[in-house]
Amino acid sequence: MSAISVERPLPASDPVLSRPPSNLWRDAATRYSKNWLAMGALLVVLALIFMAIFANLLAPRAYDFAVLKDARLFPGQKGYILGTDDIGRDLLSRMIYGVRISLVVGLSVQAIALTIGVSLGLLAGFAGGWVDFVVMRIIEVFTAIPQLLFALFLLSIMGGGLFNVILAIGLIGWVEICRITRAQVLSLREKEYIEAARATGVPSFQIAVRHLLPNALTPLIIAVTLGIPLAMFTEAGLSFLGLGVNDPLPSWGKMVGNSFSYIRVYWHLGLFPTAAIAITMLSFSFLGDGLRDALDPRLKR
Amino acid sequence: MIAYLIKRLLGLGFVFFLVSIVAFLLMHSIPGGPFDEAQMPLPAAAKANILRKFGLDKPLHEQYLIYMGNVVRGDFGISFASPSETVAEVIGRTWPVSIALGGITAVIALGIGMLAGILAAVRRNSWIDYLVTFLATAGLTIPNFVIALWLILVFAVQLKVLPIGGWGDDWRQLIMPVIALGLGPMGIAARYTRSSLADTMTADYIRTARAKGLSESMVVMRHAIKNALIPVITVLGPMVPNLITGTIFVETMFRVPGLGKYFVTSVLDRDYPMIMAVILLVAVLWGLVYLITDMLYTVLDPRIKLA
Repeated sequence: MSAISVERPLPASDPVLSRPPSNLWRDAATRYSKNWLAMGALLVVLALIFMAIFANLLAPRAYDFAVLKDARLFPGQKGYILGTDDIGRDLLSRMIYGVRISLVVGLSVQAIALTIGVSLGLLAGFAGGWVDFVVMRIIEVFTAIPQLLFALFLLSIMGGGLFNVILAIGLIGWVEICRITRAQVLSLREKEYIEAARATGVPSFQIAVRHLLPNALTPLIIAVTLGIPLAMFTEAGLSFLGLGVNDPLPSWGKMVGNSFSYIRVYWHLGLFPTAAIAITMLSFSFLGDGLRDALDPRLKR
Repeated sequence: MIAYLIKRLLGLGFVFFLVSIVAFLLMHSIPGGPFDEAQMPLPAAAKANILRKFGLDKPLHEQYLIYMGNVVRGDFGISFASPSETVAEVIGRTWPVSIALGGITAVIALGIGMLAGILAAVRRNSWIDYLVTFLATAGLTIPNFVIALWLILVFAVQLKVLPIGGWGDDWRQLIMPVIALGLGPMGIAARYTRSSLADTMTADYIRTARAKGLSESMVVMRHAIKNALIPVITVLGPMVPNLITGTIFVETMFRVPGLGKYFVTSVLDRDYPMIMAVILLVAVLWGLVYLITDMLYTVLDPRIKLA
C-alpha cells in the first residue's frame, strides 16, 4: 500500500507562497544590495580588478619605460596625465600596473593563509589532545609579535622581492583563519541540529555540505575579505620602507617611499599613490564589513 | 587568583622561550654569517680566533644558552650597525622617545575616540553616529604613513604652519606625528565604545533606571558608561604596546629618533643582535599587557572569575 498523499494545488497568487524559497546566499545578496556603502565598495573593487586584468591595455605607457629628459614633470605637462617620476616614468601607467601588484599580493597572501590556517585548524579541531596544544602554542607565538615587526624580521632574513614579501606576509597571516576553523570544528561537532540531522538519517556527506560548510564558510569568507586589505597594507608599508617589492615593479607603497625625498616640490609623486592606497583599502574594508553584515545578520548592530 | 597568575606567567615564559628559539634558529639559518669567507677572507687561525671570541665555534644549543643567559642579565650583546654601543644602550636611548610619543598619542587618541563613541551611541542613527562610524572606519583603515604624507603635504608644504619633522626642539613637531599615529587607535576606540554602550543601553537595569525617573543624561553617565567601558578595555589594552613600539612609519617619516625608526635601520643593516632584542622585548611586553588587561577585567567586573 502506498503512502497517502494529499496534494492540494496552492493558489499561485499568494505572495508568500509564490516567493522563491529563501537560502543563505540569496538572503545575503538581498541584504548586501541594500547597503549602499558596501555596494559602492563592491563597484570600486570590481573596477580595480578590471584595471588589474587589463593594465597593459589601459596604461598609456609601459611601467618601466623611463625617459630621463622627462623626469619629474607635473601632471598635464607634455601629455603625461599624472606627470612623471624621478627618472621619467609615466606616473599614470605605474599607478595602473600598481593595482596588479596590490591585488596579486592581497590574493596570494590569502591563498597561503587559507592553506596553512584551514589545514592547521582542521588538524587541531579534529585531532585534539597534544596536536591541539602544539597548534595553540604556535598561534600564541605568532600573536606575541606585531605582524609588521614579524614581517620585517622575516624579510631581513629572506631578503626583499615580490615573492618573498608574499611569502612573509602569508606565513604571518594564517593565525586568524586557523582560529576560526578550529573554533568552528569544535562548536559544530557538538551542535544539536547536527545531531538531529544525523538522527533523521541524513547522510554524513550531506550534513557536511548542508550544515557544516555554510557555517564554517561565512566566517572564513569574512576573514579572507578583511585579510586582503591587511596584506595590501603590509606590502605597501614594507615597500615604503624599502624592504618590499624591487624596482622596476610598480608598488604603490614604494612609490610613496620614493616620493618622500621630493615632497617639498613634487607633491604629485606622493599624492596619487597614497590616494590609490587609501581608496583601495577603504573599498576592501567596506566590502568586508558589508559581507559580514549580510552573511551574519546576528552580528548586525 | 595566585594559582591563576602562576599559570599565566608560566605560559608566558613558555611562549617567550618558543619565540626566542624560533628567532635564534631563523637568524642562524641564514647563509653567510658576519665572518663569511667571501665577505672577509682571513687566515684560518685568525678566523678560528674570531669565532672563538664571539662564541661562534660552539654548538648551536650552547650558543643559544649563552645568549639567553646574557639576555636574562640584560645583556643583549653589541649592535653590529653601531659597534660603539651595546644593544641595551641603543634601546635605552631610543625607546624613551617612542614611549613619549606613543604615550601622548594613546592618551589623546583613546580619550577622543571613547568620547566620540559615547556620543555616537547616545545619538544612535543620527548624523553624528554615521559621521563617527565613517571617520572611525577611515581612521583605522587608511595606513598611517598615508595620513602622515597628507598631513605633511597640507600643513608643512602648502600652508607652512607646522615643521616637517624632527624631535625635541618645538612642541609643534609633535602635532603631525600624534595625529598620524592616533587616528587608527582613535577609530578602534570609537567603534568599540559605540557598540558596547549601544548594547548596554538595552540592558534591564537601564530600563529600571529610566523607569524610576532618572534623566537620560543621568542614566548614561551614572549607569551605562561604567559598565560599557569594561569590554572596551580588553581591546584598548593591547593597543598600548603597539603604540609604544609600532611607530615605525611615523617615526621614519617625521624623523623621530625612536625605537621604530631604529628598528628599520637595523633590519636594513641586518643588525641581528638588535633585531633579536626588539623581538624579545615586544613579545614580553605583549604578554604582560594581555595579562594585566585580564586582571583589570576582574577588578572592574567582579562577576568575572579567572580560571
